[in-house]
Amino acid sequence: MKIENYCTLEFPSRSANEGFARAAAACFAAQLDPTLEEINDVKTAVSEAVTNAIVHAYPDRIGKIVMKLRQKEGQVLEIVVRDWGVGISDVAQARTPLFTTGSEERAGMGFTIMESFMDELKVRSTPGKGTTVTMRRQIARRISG
Amino acid sequence: MAVMCEEENRCLTAAVSGELDHHRAKEVMEELDRQIDAALPRKLTLDLSGLTFTDSSGIAVILRTYRRMSQLRGGMTVVHAPDQARRVFRAAGLEKLVRFE
Repeated sequence: MKIENYCTLEFPSRSANEGFARAAAACFAAQLDPTLEEINDVKTAVSEAVTNAIVHAYPDRIGKIVMKLRQKEGQVLEIVVRDWGVGISDVAQARTPLFTTGSEERAGMGFTIMESFMDELKVRSTPGKGTTVTMRRQIARRISG
Repeated sequence: MAVMCEEENRCLTAAVSGELDHHRAKEVMEELDRQIDAALPRKLTLDLSGLTFTDSSGIAVILRTYRRMSQLRGGMTVVHAPDQARRVFRAAGLEKLVRFE
């Protein structure tokens, strides 16, 4: 799929960047003329992916997070969130609803939300090396005028 | 303030507004705990009309508050949740557990 536009952002794993990351993704996605519901779905999924990196990838230090935003052929928005943190030893278990290694502030629903709000979700992780989450969502083409 | 509260006859209304994400969840949970401990309400109404965004952190806040109210044998209702929040809560099946109005 041809990439028609892209943007790469790098930021430290500070929780204040959760709001920044989803706002940036929403701004980029706005070029595809999404509905409010589509924009909110993208924001919610990005919030989950970035929060996972902040909370779980770097549990006791501030590390690097890179978010890639891509506009692909056919109105497809692709978002990649990558970290170089502790990694996930069992991705299938991590994707199970209600599973969490976090404290009480975490519901264990992050991946479930990403799955239900995006069309595709891929998680690649190597313990000790980091995690890459790739999400895709097709934005419906609207007839203007 | 994170949470605006009003109490009358052991009925507590707590309004959470703005963006409720992981960055703010702890502060909101602590404030709700404080208010519940002080009022020991029979009924808690969580007013989300001013909520502009939430994610699974909002689910965690509601679940924890629900458990706290159950311990006190009190009821809890979530009111005026905006569409974005409703979609998040629905994805988690939260509406099967907690009353929404």
